[in-house]
Amino acid sequence: MIYFDNAATTMHKPETVIHAVAQALNSLGNAGRGAHEASLDASRNIYGVRERIADFFHGEDPSRIAFTSNSTESLNTAVKGILKPGDHVVTTVLEHNSVLRPLYEMEEKRVEVTILPCDEYGMVYPEDFTRAIRPNTKAFICTHGSNLTGNVLDVQSIGAAARERGILSVVDASQTAGVFDIDVQKMNIDILCFTGHKGLLGPQGTGGMYVRAGVNVRPLKSGGSGIKTFEKKHPSQMPTALEAGTLNGHGLAGLGAAVDYLNRQGLSFIRAKEQALMKKFYLGVRDIPGVKVYGDFRTMDRCAIVTLNIRDYDSGEVGDALYMDYGIATRTGAHCAPLMHQALGTTEQGAVRFSFSHFNTEEEIQRGIEAVRELAE
Amino acid sequence: MIRERKPCVVLTFSTTTAAMSMEKRCGEHKIPGRLIPVPREITAGCGLAWKMPEEDYEKYKDEVESLNITVEQKVWLKL
Repeated sequence: MIYFDNAATTMHKPETVIHAVAQALNSLGNAGRGAHEASLDASRNIYGVRERIADFFHGEDPSRIAFTSNSTESLNTAVKGILKPGDHVVTTVLEHNSVLRPLYEMEEKRVEVTILPCDEYGMVYPEDFTRAIRPNTKAFICTHGSNLTGNVLDVQSIGAAARERGILSVVDASQTAGVFDIDVQKMNIDILCFTGHKGLLGPQGTGGMYVRAGVNVRPLKSGGSGIKTFEKKHPSQMPTALEAGTLNGHGLAGLGAAVDYLNRQGLSFIRAKEQALMKKFYLGVRDIPGVKVYGDFRTMDRCAIVTLNIRDYDSGEVGDALYMDYGIATRTGAHCAPLMHQALGTTEQGAVRFSFSHFNTEEEIQRGIEAVRELAE
Repeated sequence: MIRERKPCVVLTFSTTTAAMSMEKRCGEHKIPGRLIPVPREITAGCGLAWKMPEEDYEKYKDEVESLNITVEQKVWLKL
């Protein structure tokens, strides 16, 4: 199989990640629930991953990183934990349903939501956010990279505009963490939501959020914490505040090994390789008659995603042919980003998304280009 | 049979993360001690506490302070 569905999940994981999970499954107790070696080992392991993630995103200290099961949980926690009735929030049409649906729920609770449209390239700019500010604007919530087009937004300037006015900047890094350098302090990010199983190369069921010191997020869940057992209210100290219940220690062991791998390889190496593969694929398909590529390719400093359609063919049919006849795995149909599909005019047809990893090869890209060419004939 | 009790200093924390940070930093600075379940004499946030023999604490207390880890309570006990 040629796996071009890395924006959904990276299937090829480093060997060290697989080994770390297996080792954890053989040895870990429940973190923070005891003082025997099995429990302490789990606590040490998770603390080590917390430290590495905090360093990786340049957070102030490990306690600012809370682990969740994925970006969706992090984003739900952020949206529902900072907004109150009467608040206003600015977001974009690029967003995934994991941002939009929690926001629609909050709209029913009298939160005002402005959804910024994109231009013909599928882009939204910092000044669009600034123009949308109202006296009651509480937060800017935006994706770092579109899961549909791969376009990357200037979250640093968006964050600066927010910080200047005392507005919170919440960033969805689902498509960028592990590939793009993210420095939450330099980029003025108050809450960063990430998943472990995409660019970070960790197991599914891992993820988390960075919350800047001084930002108070009401927890989505309450329950066991290993601390303050006799208090009726869930503890407010980070990271426990946002981590009710047993953590995914086994998965997090894998995430820790994945971060080590990324640090050894270097994000600039990984990004350059992915972007080179994307560029080769883009240049190979863009001029094929009948092929329409979506998104902004004026710069190649973007997520390694090329989304296209062939003639008026159903994207699902194209994806099925790609897999059955060429062994190429892609994502088709609607990509959980309904407003972006509306903006691109692909609500009926959907779109075929090719998304690359640094584990892909130039030969695979070449076979992908040839498959698109044959299907377009 | 319960062990013989010796004078020691017990440090408590508000979160497991702080307790794990203590263990790691003490290891790096070669400060003796270990994590134990919080003794019932103490009310603490986190169920883990850092225990040091009293004589070790006296010897290393400046270094413990310099770790800059927020300690909830510091209690002298016979454990």
